[in-house]
Amino acid sequence: MTPARRIAAEFAASRIALAGLALLALVLLAALFAPWISPQNPYDLARLDLLDSRLPPGARSAAGAIHWLGTDDQGRDMLSAILYGLRTSVAVGLTSTTLALAIGVSLGLAAAWFGGWLDALLMRIADLQLSFPSILIALVLLAVLGQGLDKIVIALVAVQWAYYARTARAAALVERRKEYVDAAVALAFSNARIIFRHLLPNCLPPLLVLATVQIAAAITLEATLSFLGLGLPITQPSLGLLISNGFNYLLSGHYWISAFPGIALLLAVVSINLVADRLGEVLDPHGPQR
Amino acid sequence: MLAYVFRRLAQSVAVLFVMSLLVFAGVYAVGNPIDILVNPQSDQNEIARATAALGLDRPLFEQYFVFIGHAATGDLGRSFAFNVPAIGLILERMPATLELATAAMLIAVLLGIPLGLWAGLKPRSAAGRTIMAGSILGFSLPTFWVGLMLILVFSVWLGWLPTSGRGPTANLLGIPVSFLTAEGLRHLVLPTANLALFNLSLVIRLTRSGTREAMRQDYVRFARAKGLTETRVVGVHVLRNVLVPVVTVAGVEFGSVIAFAVVTESIFAWPGMGKLLIDSINVLDRPVIVAYLCIVVALFVAINLVVDLAYSWLDPRVRPGEAR
Repeated sequence: MTPARRIAAEFAASRIALAGLALLALVLLAALFAPWISPQNPYDLARLDLLDSRLPPGARSAAGAIHWLGTDDQGRDMLSAILYGLRTSVAVGLTSTTLALAIGVSLGLAAAWFGGWLDALLMRIADLQLSFPSILIALVLLAVLGQGLDKIVIALVAVQWAYYARTARAAALVERRKEYVDAAVALAFSNARIIFRHLLPNCLPPLLVLATVQIAAAITLEATLSFLGLGLPITQPSLGLLISNGFNYLLSGHYWISAFPGIALLLAVVSINLVADRLGEVLDPHGPQR
Repeated sequence: MLAYVFRRLAQSVAVLFVMSLLVFAGVYAVGNPIDILVNPQSDQNEIARATAALGLDRPLFEQYFVFIGHAATGDLGRSFAFNVPAIGLILERMPATLELATAAMLIAVLLGIPLGLWAGLKPRSAAGRTIMAGSILGFSLPTFWVGLMLILVFSVWLGWLPTSGRGPTANLLGIPVSFLTAEGLRHLVLPTANLALFNLSLVIRLTRSGTREAMRQDYVRFARAKGLTETRVVGVHVLRNVLVPVVTVAGVEFGSVIAFAVVTESIFAWPGMGKLLIDSINVLDRPVIVAYLCIVVALFVAINLVVDLAYSWLDPRVRPGEAR
């Protein structure tokens, strides 16, 4: 059996993990195809009717369409808004995690390979950063940078890179003592080739698990920052901003405007965490535990 | 040991210094607070006068040295928005945040350890599984959304608890606190539950895995062979070993509870320093942002120091002075 097949088979041995994977696939498909499966385009102002505002779930609009999850204060269909919001949230989570992974892993591997002052400097910075909670660092960065999709991605990358750098460095320090690395050095390969072609593939398992967990963390953090009004602008509402908007109507009992986007956020985060949990067990060199 | 304490203190001062520089440069490099602070109808002369009065016309490094010089005497600048010393504003709001954070941490530890013990001793029981499922949910639930749902259920639907504010406070050693009045206590319940949720899950998981680990050890088998009651084996021998990591994490997490209080305070309109920070970011009140960060960083450095020292005291195997 190829390693990929063995991992897949072991992963599938856990029914909860499979359920998580199915849920995750559903979430990703919904995010990807949001513009095609949404009942309406929630940001086409011409299609909105204020007469439809704050309709409860399942109510019929003036035009006769059923709003399964109700409408918000603008008469916007919540199901459509949630699908679009999910799209934004997932996109931000994936983009920032990919960038942070690339930057963090490169720095971590370089630190392990070259050692010396570079290693000391990078790890000092990482340690300093990791001694503060991520939300605090993100808050400060956004206070400095301002609002915007690019700004929030920068903040999320800045928050995450240190985790990858630390993990990559730890894995690479173990790997670099092995013989295949000596062989690569003896063949006079360039540093870049040894780092990315030889060290990196062998350091991947813990990094993949970490990246999966971090996607969920990034999505949650983005939602929190948007909820506080420091994340995405109102023109690109993510789930966090939808929840924040619903907060204004919560006290008058219009629960659906913030409850349903929250449930969508929860489903996305839980499915990712379930997959990550099992992935961690399967990729653990000590084998899966039951 | 004493040398170690001094070295850690010196490191802490260095960290404080670096952070103050970063924070100052970052916060002051962007945006012009004058735009917000002066009446939009005012002319060039008035704007120039206001800029000079606030010291904003001088070069950035000069502003920083002025700032550091004042900071050494405990003056972190005057709030642009309130025109009072920024540090006074923060210190005035600090007891509310500390009360909330302490209450949340107490709930997390006092509830989390027994629940984690139970789940660790009986991992296959229905209760054990329920506790673990709950703790996984506690990790995944976005804190701010849980806060909203708590308000929805307990305030809007059931009408049991108030939605915002601290309620009436009573003075304890000159510090206003909510938990001494019945009404204040009612105001404290929801924000505390909200803020405690994440760490409750964390403590449950830590205690559970620690308990399962400890139950396999020889000293537990030996204690049983000696004929000790199960209560004594668990209550004394297991618990003591489980407590070390839990106490450490609880200490370190106290800092992040203070940071996350920003979210909870915003939801429940709790008049703490986290809510002050968000308000200040929205109006670009730089001195308050910088003062908040300086105080929080100092708090963090102090917490980390205390936790490190407590750790080496709790677990004699850790000798920080000799380890490096």
